[in-house]
Amino acid sequence: MAETAVKEKESVFQFGKKERKLLTDPLNDNNPITVQVLGICSALAVTSLVYPSLVMAIAVIFVTAFSSLFTSLLRNYIPKSVRMIVQLVIIASLVTVVELTLKYLNYPVYKQLSVYIGLIITNCIVMGRLEAFSMANKPWRSFLDGVGNGLGYGVILVAVGVVRELFGKGSLFAGSPIELKIIGPTADYLVNTTDSMLFGWYANNNLMVLPASAMFIIGIMIWIQRSYNTKLVDVS
Amino acid sequence: MESTKYVVIFILILTATVAVSLTGLREATKAQSATNEDIFNKRAILTAVQDYLPNGQKVADLSDEQVLELFAEMEQPVVDMEGNIIEGVKAESIDMAKERKKPEAERRLPVYVYEQDGQKFYILSVRGNGLWDEIWGSVALKSDLNTIAGATFDHKGETPGLGAEIKDNPSFAAQFEGKEIYEADGDYVSIKVRKGGARDPKHEVDGISGATVTADGVSEMLYRGLQYYQPYIDKVKQESFLLN
Repeated sequence: MAETAVKEKESVFQFGKKERKLLTDPLNDNNPITVQVLGICSALAVTSLVYPSLVMAIAVIFVTAFSSLFTSLLRNYIPKSVRMIVQLVIIASLVTVVELTLKYLNYPVYKQLSVYIGLIITNCIVMGRLEAFSMANKPWRSFLDGVGNGLGYGVILVAVGVVRELFGKGSLFAGSPIELKIIGPTADYLVNTTDSMLFGWYANNNLMVLPASAMFIIGIMIWIQRSYNTKLVDVS
Repeated sequence: MESTKYVVIFILILTATVAVSLTGLREATKAQSATNEDIFNKRAILTAVQDYLPNGQKVADLSDEQVLELFAEMEQPVVDMEGNIIEGVKAESIDMAKERKKPEAERRLPVYVYEQDGQKFYILSVRGNGLWDEIWGSVALKSDLNTIAGATFDHKGETPGLGAEIKDNPSFAAQFEGKEIYEADGDYVSIKVRKGGARDPKHEVDGISGATVTADGVSEMLYRGLQYYQPYIDKVKQESFLLN
């Protein structure tokens, strides 16, 4: 009896094989975007620049992690008949926290992401994890699962952002303190054509700036992922 | 199945907790957020006189304190549609979005008079419609109240890569520098964004491929917006004429 009690105490913040799997699974085998195809809306909308994608990724990781934690803590008390509403209240209040914090810390990025921060509420990844995992698991594991899924979403978001910004604008991290101009003519090319960067001949591909390109890029990513991870291929 | 009473109490406690904590957070961040917004808007206005900032700085180089200081030094008259200065109001307290909803005759127009090295710049605010939603901007006129010293534009929801280029591509706004809003004989013409390339070097700038509606919106906004300032511009010109 005493032994089991000690064991349970240890397991609160345990970090074993299962816990590691909770973090790494969503990065590859069970990626919310490329495998479950959830959260596509914001992945198309905010990824035209890397910096906002990064901020969005951090915001979603925060929301998935803590909504999973709180839902899991309350899971035995939440009345089954109103559980979706309770989950939404938790998600919505965390999103409001993100919104207020961003407004406080970095107003220009808040302006840039504007409506998409609010739309985290409707991001299927968040609610999907609450329904599928947190309602039936302990707080620590739910928290890790939330972090893992947020990361899985964030990694794809930033990767798409890198491709789109590099080929669409020729820069990386535009709008942040470490803005880098990498390829193509500089912004004042129209005014001064002699001033150009590495690969100055490169003309920015405007398709990359438009949301449609994110769909092509995500499609290609799914293709690449499935070509080396044969587990994911639907055999039927 | 839980009793209705339990459900109601649970929801009440949950929403009350959430409401109280969010209100707390909001109150705690309110003042700083308002300052952030204010500085963000002021930086946008200063972008119109980007080339004439002290020590050759760019807007991005200025610290928040410097931005506020520059605005504190500026003369900020608010004028009505007849060009009379309205006493007791500062330009920075005018919300262009609200003014635009009023009937034309009742609108108030903000003017920022920026002075650098003895040169005066009149920064005027304009607002109009793009393709999807509102667009707005600031136009800085040199002391002759004719030549444009700089312009800056922003938008609420134009298409990225197309209409949004009015803000994202600095070379679009840069084209406005040195353009004139009057003909040589004094007729008002404003600046036109011309699809297919500017033809009149003094009053036209190049359009953006794929963003014809936004570009036309910019032309329309400038034409009307600057026209509202005509009575004021005439008065300032008259005054400086009398002084000389």
